[in-house]
Amino acid sequence: MATLKLKNLKKGFEGLQIIKGIDLEVLDKEFVVFVGPSGCGKSTLLRLIAGLEDVSSGHIELDGRDITEVSPAKRDLAMVFQTYALYPHMTVRKNMSFALDLAGGDKAEVQRKVDDAARILELTPLLDRKPRQLSGGQRQRVAIGRAIVRNPKIFLFDEPLSNLDAALRVQMRLELARLHQELQATMIYVTHDQVEAMTLANKVVVLNGGRIEQVGSPLELYHHPANLFVAGFLGTPKMAFLKGKVSAVDTGGCEVSLDAGLQLALPHSSAALKVGDPVTLGIRPEHLELATAGQPGLSVTADVSERLGSDTFCHVLADSGEPLTVRLRGDLNNPYGQRLQLHLGAEHCHLFDANGDAVSHALRAAA
Amino acid sequence: MTTQTANKAQLRDTRKAVGRRSSNPGWFLVSPSVLLLLLWMIVPLGMTLYFSLIRFNLLYPGENEFVGLENFSFFLTDSGFLPGIWNTVVLVLSVLIISVVGGVLVAALLEASDFIGRGIVRVMLISPFFIMPTVGALVFKNLIFHPVSGILAALWRAFGAQPIDWLANYPLASIIIIVAWQWLPFAILLLMTAIQSQDLEQKEAARLDGAGPGAIFWHLTLPHLSRPIAVVVMIETIFLLSVFAEIFTTTNGGPGFASTNLAYLIYNQALVQFDVGMASAGGLIAVVIANIAAVILVRMIGKNLTDKG
Amino acid sequence: MMTLKQSRRLQSVALGGLSWLIALLIFFPILWMVLTSFKTEIDAFATPPLFFFHPTLENYIHIQERSDYLHFAWNSIAISFSATILCLLIAVPAAYSMAFYETKRTKQTLLWMLSTKMLPPVGVLMPIYLLAKGTGLLDTKLALIIIYTLVNLPIVVWMVYTYFKDVPRDILEAARLDGATLLQEMLRVLLPISKGGLASTALLSLILCWNEAFWSLNLSSSQAAPLTALIASYSSPEGLFWAKLSAVSTLACAPILIFGWISQKQLVRGLSFGAVK
Repeated sequence: MATLKLKNLKKGFEGLQIIKGIDLEVLDKEFVVFVGPSGCGKSTLLRLIAGLEDVSSGHIELDGRDITEVSPAKRDLAMVFQTYALYPHMTVRKNMSFALDLAGGDKAEVQRKVDDAARILELTPLLDRKPRQLSGGQRQRVAIGRAIVRNPKIFLFDEPLSNLDAALRVQMRLELARLHQELQATMIYVTHDQVEAMTLANKVVVLNGGRIEQVGSPLELYHHPANLFVAGFLGTPKMAFLKGKVSAVDTGGCEVSLDAGLQLALPHSSAALKVGDPVTLGIRPEHLELATAGQPGLSVTADVSERLGSDTFCHVLADSGEPLTVRLRGDLNNPYGQRLQLHLGAEHCHLFDANGDAVSHALRAAA
Repeated sequence: MTTQTANKAQLRDTRKAVGRRSSNPGWFLVSPSVLLLLLWMIVPLGMTLYFSLIRFNLLYPGENEFVGLENFSFFLTDSGFLPGIWNTVVLVLSVLIISVVGGVLVAALLEASDFIGRGIVRVMLISPFFIMPTVGALVFKNLIFHPVSGILAALWRAFGAQPIDWLANYPLASIIIIVAWQWLPFAILLLMTAIQSQDLEQKEAARLDGAGPGAIFWHLTLPHLSRPIAVVVMIETIFLLSVFAEIFTTTNGGPGFASTNLAYLIYNQALVQFDVGMASAGGLIAVVIANIAAVILVRMIGKNLTDKG
Repeated sequence: MMTLKQSRRLQSVALGGLSWLIALLIFFPILWMVLTSFKTEIDAFATPPLFFFHPTLENYIHIQERSDYLHFAWNSIAISFSATILCLLIAVPAAYSMAFYETKRTKQTLLWMLSTKMLPPVGVLMPIYLLAKGTGLLDTKLALIIIYTLVNLPIVVWMVYTYFKDVPRDILEAARLDGATLLQEMLRVLLPISKGGLASTALLSLILCWNEAFWSLNLSSSQAAPLTALIASYSSPEGLFWAKLSAVSTLACAPILIFGWISQKQLVRGLSFGAVK
């Protein structure tokens, strides 16, 4: 069992608020990912949980016990650092057993635990090497091994893959997912890479400016972003945003007239929405398509295209100057400079009010 | 209210119970060093200040009455004072210039040329730094500068010239040579290592941009060396302000006050003439001068020393 | 006509020759001292100076007989090593806290420490002399050990600080999460990682103590006198003992010179205060 509760957690450095009040619950065996742009406070939040930074105010509870003031060593957490932070003067074996040695564990028992962890991570042949004799991926595994050996209540990962090359990163990502399945452990993982967040997490916590923007499963966040920030942060290529005004409202939806020159009936509504309100419409590349002849559409001018083989991402500019990205067939001819008509599926559109908060989808809200 | 206080008390207890390490053990750990250095500064300086205000001559014990600033005025009007200040400044600046300019040139020379025995050359260049100041001074006095059996005398005779008694005729210059001989290697070694760390691609880019060796040296290498040069100036100034052994073993400050620096002058007052009062006044004046130098240096290059990358 | 390649080659050889020349010039006094130490007194005073002669060991034998070289050497060793160890013991905790718990005051403290090093020893000579006399420490090794520790402390703190700065913080934090106490963190993680830097710091401190000639000349006479004092005793113009002076100088400098040669690379990195990577 391991559940973690953060209660109105705040942290400031020299008058500067880094963490501005975080409430969060991490459940047993969950894989929680903190994601956000650099400087959003995600690493600081992790270090607060680890006890490496002092909390300014608020509480941290682990399994109902307040650990806000407990020293890092006694929190029963293990952390994997971005730089791996291996002890350069110790062998892999010593690195992994250091914590248990300090705790004065039984020698044979320690040995067994290290051997077990080494087997899981395929480190057995490397146990007597020093960190500098290992490759980046191997060091990464030793750092994870060092955490596993301690059998902590929660594993903390601070951008563990960011120092690896692209191919290795994909491979380690899979290994981490497998490890989570095998160990059935609670893990908290910090990254700025939204792909890692989407692929690894049960629960994604999107942070921005020291606050939580949204918490939810990866698909929830992808399909129902609570605000403009989350909508723009998750998904590659990014969701396109078009500004406009509400031109009509009724119970089942509303009508928006876009600056880019299109009237669109949308199934979104809220009590607060009034005619004339400025709104932002968001739509992802995969939900845009070329309009068939005679279909009303958004007139755009094609800019450069990126061909990935399976798909082509075509960057276009609306007449209002707003950029959009469209996912098209892989074998499309380069439409550079051409005028195109785009069809926006109303059911896939996201609508955000003047504050950037999402206006709920009437049909989904009802269902 | 009561629950809140209870909570607080509980919190304090957990704090104690888990032996929480305070987030900054810093001042507790730094304090021994700081305290010792403070003691090292304040106690003797306080005593010096006290001595400087009384009559205190070891030859006339018991006559310790308060004399105000008399010691200071005696010291400041002492015939050795102005030469002492001047010689200190000349010595420090000359050696600094010799070691920085010489160091940069030799370091650049070693970097530009390719030859056999680089390791041996390096070892030979650094060696004087490890030699005791007293030994260095004595070797120069007896084996190099000596007007009869010195190497320079032999060299002069070989060219049919009259050998020169260096220490008698050019005492300050001779001492500058001795001290520079000890400190030039330090500069060479530091700057040589620094030059080797210069970015090769940067130089190549400059060459493609049409820069000649001179321009590369002036616009790329010298700026790259600014930090190590700052270190050389800082460290050497610290040691050069209190050059003593070299003068003590060679000229004894003479002839007259020709090679007396402030350090030697005060030493002379204290341990040769046993006038502690006046030596203390001189010591305080030396401290003031050193502090002025320290402030200037820290202003100029302190930033260079503490800002890393 | 020379090709470009040939002229480059020639230039490089010429510069190499110049390098050798400068190195020999700078090294010459040491070489000459060592050569002279193997001459008879008559050869040593010969004009013109002799480069080829019958080497003799008589000076070295004489020195041990006349002045008990080993007594002075032992004093030098005991004082230098004790002062260095003491200095490191005080400096390491300070450097640790300044390197890893940096505050706004840290840099000021460091610069202040270094500026105490600019305090001219003569400024405090009399009080220290009288204090030493009053406490009966005059001409004892302990007095010199204490003084050397204090005199070198600022530079040692600074050097250790720059070495500690190179140790990634993460590693210490990992140790903390692994349950290491402050002492364990230092002894089992930090010090082993920076042992190279600590060694070169110790080395510089040894060199400075070994060669120190102000305090040793003024605070010791016979009992605690280190090698610097022995040399000074040979400098009196009682006679023209060039060869013996050279021999005693060679003996006094050889240990630290060889020490320095072996470790010059580490030494320079420490001395550069992080200015050279």
